[in-house]
Amino acid sequence: MTLPAAVLSVFALAVAAPWLSRLARGAAGWVLAILPTLLVVQLALLLPRIAAGETIRQSWSWAPTLGVELSFVADGLSVTFSLLILGIGALVLIYAGGYLAGHPQLPRFYLVLVAFMGAMVGLVLADNVVTLFVFWELTSITSYLLIGFDHDKVGSRKAALQALLVTGVGGLALLAAGLLLGGVTGSLELSQILLQGDVVRSHALYVPILLMVLAAAFTKSAQFPFHFWLPNAMQAPTPVSAYLHSATMVKAGVYLLARVSPVLAGTELWTTLVATTGAVTMVLGAVLALRQTDLKLVLAYSTVMALGTLVLLLGLGIEQAVTAAVVFLIVHSLYKGALFLIVGVIDYATGTRNVTRLAGLGRAMPLTTAAAVLAGLSMAGLPPLLGFISKELIYEATFGLERGALIFTTAAVLANAMIVAVTGLVAVRPFVGRPVPTPRPPREPAPSMLIGPLLLGVLGLLFGILPALVSPWLVVPAAASVLGRPVELALTLWHGVNAALVLSAVTVTLGFAGYLAWSHLHGALARADRLLTWGPAGWYERSLDGVIALAEVQTRLLQSGKLRYYLRTIFAFAAALLLGTLVWRGGWPGVDGLVIGGEGAYEWTLAGLMVLSTISASRATSRLAAITSLGVVGYSLALLFVQYGAPDLAMTQFLVETLVVIIVALVLIKLPHFPQRDPMPRRAQAVNLAIALAVGAAMTALMLAVLAYPIPTHVSEYFASEAYPLGHGRNIVNVILVDFRALDTWGEIMVLAIAGLGVAALVKLRLSARAREIER
Amino acid sequence: MNSLVLQTATRFLITLLLLFSVFLLFRGHNYPGGGFIGGLIGAGAFALYAIAFGVRPTRRALRLSPRTLIAAGLGIAVASGLPAVLFGLPFLTGAWTEVHLGRHSMHIGTPLIFDVGVYLVVIGVTLSITLSLEEE
Repeated sequence: MTLPAAVLSVFALAVAAPWLSRLARGAAGWVLAILPTLLVVQLALLLPRIAAGETIRQSWSWAPTLGVELSFVADGLSVTFSLLILGIGALVLIYAGGYLAGHPQLPRFYLVLVAFMGAMVGLVLADNVVTLFVFWELTSITSYLLIGFDHDKVGSRKAALQALLVTGVGGLALLAAGLLLGGVTGSLELSQILLQGDVVRSHALYVPILLMVLAAAFTKSAQFPFHFWLPNAMQAPTPVSAYLHSATMVKAGVYLLARVSPVLAGTELWTTLVATTGAVTMVLGAVLALRQTDLKLVLAYSTVMALGTLVLLLGLGIEQAVTAAVVFLIVHSLYKGALFLIVGVIDYATGTRNVTRLAGLGRAMPLTTAAAVLAGLSMAGLPPLLGFISKELIYEATFGLERGALIFTTAAVLANAMIVAVTGLVAVRPFVGRPVPTPRPPREPAPSMLIGPLLLGVLGLLFGILPALVSPWLVVPAAASVLGRPVELALTLWHGVNAALVLSAVTVTLGFAGYLAWSHLHGALARADRLLTWGPAGWYERSLDGVIALAEVQTRLLQSGKLRYYLRTIFAFAAALLLGTLVWRGGWPGVDGLVIGGEGAYEWTLAGLMVLSTISASRATSRLAAITSLGVVGYSLALLFVQYGAPDLAMTQFLVETLVVIIVALVLIKLPHFPQRDPMPRRAQAVNLAIALAVGAAMTALMLAVLAYPIPTHVSEYFASEAYPLGHGRNIVNVILVDFRALDTWGEIMVLAIAGLGVAALVKLRLSARAREIER
Repeated sequence: MNSLVLQTATRFLITLLLLFSVFLLFRGHNYPGGGFIGGLIGAGAFALYAIAFGVRPTRRALRLSPRTLIAAGLGIAVASGLPAVLFGLPFLTGAWTEVHLGRHSMHIGTPLIFDVGVYLVVIGVTLSITLSLEEE
């Protein structure tokens, strides 16, 4: 399968997911996991070629005239990400089948989750910046739907909207940045853009591009000051938190930074902004994680810490830092995905996620405990797990810095020590000690919910013991894509006694002390709550409130709720705009535009009929008479079309006119039959008349002004001459509608469908309201 | 409404109108007509039936709900554009073939299928509005 086909096949699976879910019932998760697993194998088979320095680029034409291609690139970075997304995705699908078993909305859940998987894989493989943007926004939208999965809860809806708004704004910045990059480099393909690092870095637009890329990356990856949305997103079902808000989607920002590193990194500004933001986020996330008692929130804030670490490393931009980032990316996805799933298991089995109410689960849930210990050891960075290698690399990178080594190393040690304490909270505390009563007695869950955490935990151990499994195939190629040059590296578990090992020992000691003193620490942090929650979350709330208040004010000012006033406003405004523009811009038609003569009795009769029926419509006392009079205007117009040789137009006009009369008559029959309750005052009538005349005058003037110019004919001539040879039709109008301009027509029937459904829904809504009244 | 004259006339008219609407749909490519006009006539036929016999019999006669018609129409319109994509051409590029029927021959192509989609959407939308209004 080519890369575009691989990405689109995931979306096809998403469409089929609801059916599969109903067909396969309890086994749906397993069935849905087949395709991602196959794709993992397919991508893994590409690894030897990629490790040899090859990049595989495949593209389908999408909108070639705009330079937009459905082009995808498989290089070290994108394949590493794709393998994590698809592999963890398959495990999460299996897990969700157990976790949400029997949930009435499970088919919908599968649909959105698989669609997210497709969007995420598309995002990391995309080579075209517009394609990248589209997939980026798709991940935001699917994340919105998944956070708000329990949409009957206010909290879920609020959190979903918050995540959408924050990441959506970042997405717009990404589009702008991508287009600017395209303008600077002359290509929208990342593979071309990435070759022109020197051009971009010395360009006047470098700073705006950098700032917008950072806005996109920082919002998506929950960097300070945008970190607040991620913990709120924990309203989502746990499989979603594990998958989107820990292992994959929130890493999209990190991916973006890594992807554009060859063109944007290396400047003073990049290092300062990116590394500082990452370091602040890292420490803040770790502190906030210690403050929580809900296991899911503990993990959420520790994810913020991890994202900060990744951003910090990419900000430093040196070879050791980038390698450390890639290893940490892999290891974090493995252990954090596992731990989220384990917290889900605990919640599912015991009915609580509060760390202070859990203890001694080890005996009742041995397999879960084993998985938790494996993942926890990796998170704490203890040998012989991959987490240990990753932490050593991080320390080597910060310690080896020429500038800021002390600050960044201290920050890293502090944050990691806190994470060791957090590990104790999540992976040790609930499982040891004397069992305490929980809302439900704990027991081991179904195999579907265990395979994910166990497999992820075991992989962390396996890669730690045998780093050669990941080093040449994933780490080295990925680091090479980020740096834009080949990398020489071999990961080893044992480096001998060096600074990093000493720092590791300090970290673990500090962390263990922190774990033992957790209840004191937690109390102290809870007292500092005001300080810690001050800031961006409040700004978000206040600006959202401001928008709503503004909307209320202007609604009260402008929305009277009376159709009559709306029409008056619309028409007056239209007339003023048209006439104003004609006068100001000098398009006022001269008299020579006005050619009278050439019309026969037929036309004059029809025109007269139209004028007469307009007058009769405006003077009618019953609504039905008014509608019928207007129908006469429409029919006369249709006859004029016939006279001027436009049979299609005439037929459409006849039919539309007929159906409008039928529909309006149907509405009128339902309207209460009261005599004009508020006869319009004379003054209002005069105003209406004036507005009507002004609109008529404006339209007349506009038509005359248009006719005064020669009508360009090359388009209509093209259609007339090519309709038969190209479109095989002699009816030019129809050929234009269904062939030459079929996409426009498709848009129109789409609008038509939405309007039709909207009207039907409105009517049904009133119906059911009335039905309720009758019941009462 | 219970008018014998209207009901009797409708029984004949609806057949004619529906035939005429399909006729217009298919002749549209060469002569005045097409999916939009044909769809309006088809919808008009059912609207007439609803006025003569009521909404419930009309829904029964229609067999499919208007919403299904809308969805089917949109689906067919999209589907008619997909073969082009599979052959690497832009979405909705027309593909034609010539069919010989005895001495006559006619062109059949994806734009005609697209027009069928338009036809179904127009019928579905118009009926979903009129029928739900009448039901109230």
